[in-house]
Amino acid sequence: MIPELGSFALIIAFVIAILQSTIPLIGAHKNDVAMISVARPAALAQLLFVSIAYAALTHAFIVHDFSVLYVSQHSNLLQPMLYRISGVWGSHEGSLLLWTLILALWTAAVAVYSRSLPSVLTARVIAVMGMISIGFLSFMILTSNPFERIFPAPLDGRSLNPLLQDPGLAIHPPMLYMGYVGFSVAFAFAVAALIGGKLDATWARWSRPWTTIAWSFLTLGIALGSWWAYNELGWGGWWFWDPVENASFMPWLVGTALIHSLATTEKRGVFKSWTVLLAILAFSLSLLGTFIVRSGVLVSVHAFASDPSRGLFILIFLCIVVGSSLALYAWRSGTVSTTGRFSWFSRETALLMNNVIFITAAVAVFVGTMYPLLLDAMGMGKISVGRPYFDTMFALVAVPLLLLLGVGPTMRWKSDTAARAIGKLKTAFVVSLVVGILLPFVIDGALHITAGLGLAGALWIALTTVMSYIERRKNSSHVPLAFLGMTLAHLGIAFFVAGVTMVMSYSHEKDLRMEPGSSYEMSGYEFRFNGVEKVRGPNFTADKADIDVYVDGEFSNKLSPEKRIYVGQSSNAMTEASIDIGFMRDIYAAMGEPLGDGAWSLRLYYKPMIRWIWLGCLLMTIGGVLAVSDKRYRARKLAKLSTSSTANAV
Amino acid sequence: MNKRSRRKMLVVLVLFGVSVATVLGLTAFQENLLYFYSPAQIAAGEAPDSRSFRVGGLVVAGSVQREEGNLAVQFDLTDNTATVPVSYDGILPDLFREGQGIVAMGKIDSSGTFVAEEVLAKHDENYMPPEVADALKAAEQARRNESI
Repeated sequence: MIPELGSFALIIAFVIAILQSTIPLIGAHKNDVAMISVARPAALAQLLFVSIAYAALTHAFIVHDFSVLYVSQHSNLLQPMLYRISGVWGSHEGSLLLWTLILALWTAAVAVYSRSLPSVLTARVIAVMGMISIGFLSFMILTSNPFERIFPAPLDGRSLNPLLQDPGLAIHPPMLYMGYVGFSVAFAFAVAALIGGKLDATWARWSRPWTTIAWSFLTLGIALGSWWAYNELGWGGWWFWDPVENASFMPWLVGTALIHSLATTEKRGVFKSWTVLLAILAFSLSLLGTFIVRSGVLVSVHAFASDPSRGLFILIFLCIVVGSSLALYAWRSGTVSTTGRFSWFSRETALLMNNVIFITAAVAVFVGTMYPLLLDAMGMGKISVGRPYFDTMFALVAVPLLLLLGVGPTMRWKSDTAARAIGKLKTAFVVSLVVGILLPFVIDGALHITAGLGLAGALWIALTTVMSYIERRKNSSHVPLAFLGMTLAHLGIAFFVAGVTMVMSYSHEKDLRMEPGSSYEMSGYEFRFNGVEKVRGPNFTADKADIDVYVDGEFSNKLSPEKRIYVGQSSNAMTEASIDIGFMRDIYAAMGEPLGDGAWSLRLYYKPMIRWIWLGCLLMTIGGVLAVSDKRYRARKLAKLSTSSTANAV
Repeated sequence: MNKRSRRKMLVVLVLFGVSVATVLGLTAFQENLLYFYSPAQIAAGEAPDSRSFRVGGLVVAGSVQREEGNLAVQFDLTDNTATVPVSYDGILPDLFREGQGIVAMGKIDSSGTFVAEEVLAKHDENYMPPEVADALKAAEQARRNESI
């Protein structure tokens, strides 16, 4: 009964989405207050019914209702509670439902927090988000209803893919989707502004906090995914340039360009139509990401069972969204005139460079990800692009980006002089370069150019970021939260770069055969293998290895990697790595396979400063959140702004 | 330098930077393209002998052989038309087993053995890498045409 209720709630939500996307739009066109005022209640009702559907599916998981096909495929009687709840988004149908729920959440948030904005604009924004909702709801109802029944109902279900049974992964998709779908707000604001024909600095101010918070979620989501891959895949890597990772990385790159471009538009009134284009692009790439992950066109670790006909639906939807918004852009953006002027050496130029670099990076990822798909789709052969391509491209992009990141924030708006910038930065530049190049000697007594340059880059960013914060403190007693947010986010980049450099330059890894009692030494750590025992978990059985780690002959700690076999997954073994984490290094052990006589193949890693990579991402996320909390985005100020702008509009 | 020529110089610099990135990018792209060949194509001599590529097929039952004392392993990969011997030194993925569809990346050596640097098996027991599925289908089709 409850699953039918869920199905029914989806259909009602669909009908509401149609009303939500048409009536307010017509109202905004005719300036009909009654029709405009439909937008807010519609957004809230949409949230209510999508939530009912979502709760119904979660309920089916919790009570083990295996008569629901989706539940029977992804859960069983032994599944722990956490993974029954996260099992909802463990596969295609449920993750679509989550997507739609998050879209409804964002729409409702816009409805609630934009009371001070002109109601015509809010109506348009909510209507555009309603259109996106129509797309996803019809997709779900027509091709992938999560509430489909199976008859006769099986006594027990299969199981959630064991790889997905990890707390990191349980929260990775919701975070990622909060980011992906959050860009729909920036998109809706851009489209609403285009429809209204008013592209000025105020729309940039309104959509800025939404974009920044979506970007923060996306940053966190990507970082969690990377952390999960490191913990769970047993390969010791943190990024694989897997097409699905790239699918989340492309919107991030464009989104990063967007938040910088929005800042410039808001402060200086320049790059207006470019910013709109970026907003459209960021959300289009989010949709493309969904298409890539869900269409089954990819060979990837993420390509869990998927269905091509669904891919076609998303592809058509993608074409409609991108096509119509770009057409609208082409039609409307010509009317925008640039008001702000800036000289070639100014912060505006630095931010323009930032955009050029991030877009170049996004194009590089796009080509590497989409070209093989395109060739394949046209039947011109199967290729894949190796990771050295991506590594080369990013090393290439990193150099100008790191240099710029040190210079940009210290520059003045409108006009600055090279002499002033050089005078201020030369000490930081020399210090970071010298210390960076010398650091490898401290680490292992040898010259290492790439490591030295990477560390110099990290130092350069850290120094200049701290310097510009201090300068800001000196010049004004009050430093806005937004500035602190930027400072933290940029420091995050410094941590990230330092972590990546260390991991790439000084990691050690070894695959080897070990017999009970044998030992192996790596980077000052001695691994002693004591053998393997059988253990039993809530829904798996496992072989558990016992490895003692010694430093300078003294016992340091124990590593216990496992090889698990989950109930309901036939005989597939899953690798569960064991990691001793540390601020300066991780020690990592994973099991391969039994080689007879108690011997096993084992994979041992030493990863210096790998935590800094995720710490950097976390700092960027916190920076984004701080920036949004800045009080100039609070309602009162906005109210003042909106009255003045409605006055202008009239 | 006046303002105009400075702005021009900026544009030229940006264009220069972007074109350098493009050229380097395309070079890196060319060098790192990995083509896919089926065992039948390798048997027909279509695969390159100095360049890395990927091969996919089913692991022949009973062909997996390990060396004593280290991690070296040999197995045969088939698309039911031709078979190619593969050697690999390292830990095989969790889902690697006889009869399973896998994809390997590496080079062909002078003796005709495919020396794999990387072996991939998918993380779902019912999942067949699309390349492998296509290669099997193509091989099946070719056999049928022959028998007619």
